[in-house]
Amino acid sequence: MSSHAYDPSATLRAYFMVFGMLMVFTALTVAVAFMDLGAMNNVAAIGIAVAKAVMVMAIFMHVRGSSNLIYFCIFGSLFFLSLMFYFPLIDVLTRNLLGIPGK
Amino acid sequence: MSEVVSRLQPHFATEQQQYETSTFGMWVFLVTEVMFFGGLFTAYLIYRLQYPQAFINASHHLDITLGCFNTVVLIGSSLTMAMAVHSARVEKSKMIAFWIAMTMVLGSIFLGVKAIEYTQKWEHGLFPANFFLQAADAGQQRIFYSLYFAMTGLHATHMVIGMGIMVYIAVQALRGAYTARWYTPVEIMGLYWHFVDLVWIFLFPLLYLLGRHH
Repeated sequence: MSSHAYDPSATLRAYFMVFGMLMVFTALTVAVAFMDLGAMNNVAAIGIAVAKAVMVMAIFMHVRGSSNLIYFCIFGSLFFLSLMFYFPLIDVLTRNLLGIPGK
Repeated sequence: MSEVVSRLQPHFATEQQQYETSTFGMWVFLVTEVMFFGGLFTAYLIYRLQYPQAFINASHHLDITLGCFNTVVLIGSSLTMAMAVHSARVEKSKMIAFWIAMTMVLGSIFLGVKAIEYTQKWEHGLFPANFFLQAADAGQQRIFYSLYFAMTGLHATHMVIGMGIMVYIAVQALRGAYTARWYTPVEIMGLYWHFVDLVWIFLFPLLYLLGRHH
């Protein structure tokens, strides 16, 4: 039950378009993985995965056109997920930074 | 068209509000799921930063063809799940059950391929409790495989649970429980299944594809 009138043909078009794009992006991420781009390999892998995730959420999970509360959930979880990533990194990435044992 | 029966509960003002409350509740649950998987992703991040080369070496033992095949299968199952929700919105109860059945078939194929992969890893001595890889960095590669089995295992567990719930939703659909005015369980089932797909979208490049160019 959406506040907007349901348009079956537009919805189906969007579903199949997203499915096609997800297939293309899957092929792309595999192709990129076999190229040597240095550190950019990681950026490309995560970037493509994020693009795929956005498409799945926006269209398959109907986030596009949903209430702000849903966006709040998504960005809230991303925020706390990033905190979970950052805080251990503050430790791990700064170990031995000063060249003094234990600092 | 089935007869129009309002499913509005007395503590909601409108059906729209009731629907949004239900989906919001599911999204809050998915937030907890993000943090649940997030802990494993954090462990992966930390250990990969510590042992980058061992993670690349360990990743090379994974079968990229099977991983790629499973990615296509799971994305396909997301499409069939979306089609089930679409069928609910146009009030085609039998089609809801059909698309859910298709989703379960694709989910079963995914789990079957996963079982083949797990068997191979066990036989090659890559299962952490049965680890006999001969390599200088075997201990560090074992950490990769601990994470591999924990992450894909938790993911597969979610799929098994999801497919169990799907049986119930499909039976209810065949009984004509869902109408264009009230199809909330189908929508929420879809949210869950797409979340499982989202997790795999990140697991696939992180586990199978890292360091393939070496």
